[in-house]
Order: sequence, then structure tokens, then C-alpha cells
Amino acid sequence: MTDDAVQVRDVVVRYGDTTAVHGVSLTVPRGRVLSLLGHNGAGKTSLLQVCEGFRRADGGEVRVLGLDPMGDHDELMPRLGIMLQSGGVYPWATAGEILRLFASFAAHPLDVDMLLDRLGLRKFERTRFRRLSGGEQQRLSLAVALVGRPELVFLDEPTAGMDTEARHTTWQLIEELRADGVSVLLTTHLLDEAERLADEVVIMRNGLVAATGSPAELTAAAGIDLLEVRAEPGLVPDGRLAHLQVTESSPGEYAIAGALDAATIADVLGWFAATGATVTSLNTRRRTLEDVYLALTKAEAYR
Amino acid sequence: MSGTFAPAPGRAPMRTVLSSQIRMELVLTARRGEAVVLAMGVPLLVLLGAGLTKVTNVPGDDRLAFVVPGVLALTVMSTAFTGQAITTGYERSYGVLKRLGASPLSRSGLLFAKTAAVLGLIVLQLLALALVGVAVGWRPHFGQILPALGITVLATAAYSGLALLLASVLRPETTTAAATLIYVLMLAAGGIMFAAPDLGTFGWFVLPLAAHAEALRDTLSHDTSIPLSIWLSLALWAVVFVTAAARRFKWE
Repeated sequence: MTDDAVQVRDVVVRYGDTTAVHGVSLTVPRGRVLSLLGHNGAGKTSLLQVCEGFRRADGGEVRVLGLDPMGDHDELMPRLGIMLQSGGVYPWATAGEILRLFASFAAHPLDVDMLLDRLGLRKFERTRFRRLSGGEQQRLSLAVALVGRPELVFLDEPTAGMDTEARHTTWQLIEELRADGVSVLLTTHLLDEAERLADEVVIMRNGLVAATGSPAELTAAAGIDLLEVRAEPGLVPDGRLAHLQVTESSPGEYAIAGALDAATIADVLGWFAATGATVTSLNTRRRTLEDVYLALTKAEAYR
Repeated sequence: MSGTFAPAPGRAPMRTVLSSQIRMELVLTARRGEAVVLAMGVPLLVLLGAGLTKVTNVPGDDRLAFVVPGVLALTVMSTAFTGQAITTGYERSYGVLKRLGASPLSRSGLLFAKTAAVLGLIVLQLLALALVGVAVGWRPHFGQILPALGITVLATAAYSGLALLLASVLRPETTTAAATLIYVLMLAAGGIMFAAPDLGTFGWFVLPLAAHAEALRDTLSHDTSIPLSIWLSLALWAVVFVTAAARRFKWE
């Protein structure tokens, strides 16, 4: 067995006749952040539930910190920090009571007051859970996941329902976790979240892995995919640009799309130079994770 | 790696884990104190109604000697079974049990903490009701107090196990309905307000409430020992349902 934090091999999860996860494999190396990206129903939470030991995989194998999440439940739990998607707290207990309860379960807990301050929960310390807003409940759940100083955390849509400020605080915390050597497996449907936090992104679609790689690898695969040029209006492209899509979106504004490697860009500019045009502006657009994601999920929509 | 979040995982000593979970259970129980007082309303009405008036026929001449121990047994069932089942059912639907499942508190730790918290609450309720009983003329004996406490712990474990089992296999609304129905049936057939149906020794095995009530009557009202068949009955109930709860108990 390797020393990876999480190892998932060919995992299948079924609910009756529906197969939610169709044989997914992934690895979270120690101290890294892996983001499971996909929209609702892609199978992210089902996979996470298997890793957390809440349900048994219907096929395949899962090792978490080298242990079996179901069979070694009691040995594993003190080493994990788990943030569920919603709820999970006594509605009539206060935020402070809940955090202190979970802190008391741990051998070397974090300072509860520090966590309350870091997550902006100080003023809700005496507020009962059911009176907290969705975002406040999420922040408390995150605090509960971290308080035991785990070596691996599972975060299921950690910033869902949070406002912009709380989202940025959470992102900083996750970056700090990584810097301090904590391994993180998180699910999200937010592309900017995955792009900012993850060492590796696994895009899931309909229970399958659609793409895997670092955000840079996923976006760099296509390199530059759009060139915007401003020059004289009414230029007609000649044969050497035939393999590209050239459109004059408004007079003098040209959009050139296609596989734009350096040689092709040189050809494009060479053609502008050959027509004697005065190029007054040149922009390139790199593919974002969003483009990759949309391309992968659009293929699905028409199937 | 010496940052704030540098991993240092581990479970606190189990004694610490259990005592803070028990404390949380008790704090939350106190927070719905009105429900606890209301839950004592039925036993109190039975105590005063059947103990002081002749609305029902009870065996023997000393009404209070029959009714008060029965009311104590009824209270144990009300708290350890009905209350426990309803609370646990809702905790499951709020996802609380799932969250606790994802913590260093183990399944047996949670079952133990819940039963211990309920036992603590029961001690307070029994003291209050026994004092009311004494105030209206019940004269208990204390020679057999230890067997009386022992059989009450067994009854609590059995009810608590059954409650946790019920909350594991039924939806919370169904759990509430089933727990209430069983309570009412036991109140009627359990030998509290009037004699239980005479089924001989067999009766102690099918009606744990009647068995517990009889044991408390023997010890507290009559200063005699508890029949072996009652010990066996409640021990069996406790072993079967605590084991079943531990096996079937689900976090989700």
C-alpha cells in the first residue's frame, strides 16, 4: 500500500437501479488538495460518502490513510476532519457549545477561540444553530471539521451558501491547511474555487471521470484558443487562414478561433502584414477551466 | 511544518469523550425542560388519580403500595423508551447522528452516552415522584433498595436499546407514532393503574413494564426480594435490545 492520503480504485456506487458512480479511480497524495468538480448529480457526494465510511462501495476499493473507511471506522475517525453538505448539528445547541463538544473529542484540539475568530463566528458563539444563516452554519461545520487537527479533511461543497467574504476566508484557510501539510479532498461546482485551490482537479460527469489534471494542465491542453485583432475593416482572409475561423464581429474587429500555436499566430499576423493593414490592438485569450468544463459537459447535453 | 493547522490527530481519552457527550445530551434535555416536566405529567396524574381515589380496582388494600412503584416504572419507560426514541429519531433526521458518526465518538460511545444521560434524568424524575408519593402517604422500605436500583438499570438499558433500534429502522414521524402507541398500550396493559392480565411467569417476559413495576412493588412497598423470573425477563430484554441496537444502529 502506498502512503497516499486517499486511494480510490474502480469504485462503483448504486442506489437501486441507478448507478451514481461508475468505476472511478483517483488518488490524493499526502499534503495535496484534490478538487472533485462536477454539477449536481455527477456523483461527487456519493463518492465522498464512500471515502467517509458512510456507505460501502458496490464495487472497487477505497483506502483512506491506508485504512478501510467502513471496517476501520473507529481508528480512522480521529484522524479525519469531515464537513458534511448541510445540517448535522443539534438545532438547539449554540455554536460555541458545538465547537467545544467536538474539540473535547480530540487529543490535541485547536484553540476554539482562535477558530471562532478566524471564521467570524465569535458573535454567534451563544447563538443556537437553528438561528444561524446558511453561510454561518457552513462556517461552523468547517470549524468542526478542523478542530481536531486532522491529517486529512473531506469538504463537501465547503463554500455553498457563503457570501463573498466568507468564501475568501475559507479559501485562505484551505490554502493554509495545505501549507501546514493537511491533505484535502473537496467537492465543488465552482470553477474558480477549483482553479484557485486544487493541485489536481478531477472533473466528474454522470458518475465517470471526464478529465483529470492540474488546473494548468487542463487549461493548457488547448493553449491559446482565440485571437482578437483590430485593424482596417473589410479585409478578406486568403487561403492560408482557411483552417481557422475568421469572423469580423464588427467593422475592424477580427476574431480568429482555432488551434493557435506560435506558427499559426505568426501566419495570422503575417497575413495582416501582407495586406498592409495597420494592426492597432492584439489580444489573446487562454482557455479557462470553465471552457474545459463546458466543453466536457456540453457534449453530454446533446447525447 | 509548525503552522496552526499542522496535523496532530488523535482521540481524547474515552472517558473525556463520553463525559462531554453525556453533558451535551443533558444540556439539551434541560433546554427542553418543559417537555421533561410534561412527560412527568402522565405518571403524576396516574399517581394521584389511581393512588388516592377509587377510580380503578387494584389488588390488595394499600392502593399507594400498588400504584406508586408502578408509576415509577412507568416513568422509566416514558423517559428511556418513548422520549429517547422520539429524540433520537429527530436527531437522525437533522443529520446529527451522521455528524457524530464522523467524529471520534464511536457508535458504542454514542449508545453508552445516550443511555447514561437518560439514566441520569430518570434518577431525578424518580426522586421527584417518590417524594410526591411519600407526601401523599406511601411508606417505602429501603432494605431492598439495591436490587430495586439494579432492576431499574436493566429496565433502562432494555428500553433505551429498543428506542435506539426503533429510531434506526423507522422514519422519525413513524418512530414518534410507534413510541407513543407502545407507551399507551403499556400504560393500559402494564399493571400500573390496575392489575396486569394474569399470564403467570410468561407475563413478565412479554410485559417488561409489568415485570419492572412488580419488582419495585416487591422491594420498595413490601420489602421482599425480586423473583428470579423478573430478573431473567429484564436481563433478556436488555441483552436482546442493546445488542440489536448496537448491530442495527445507523448513523444516517
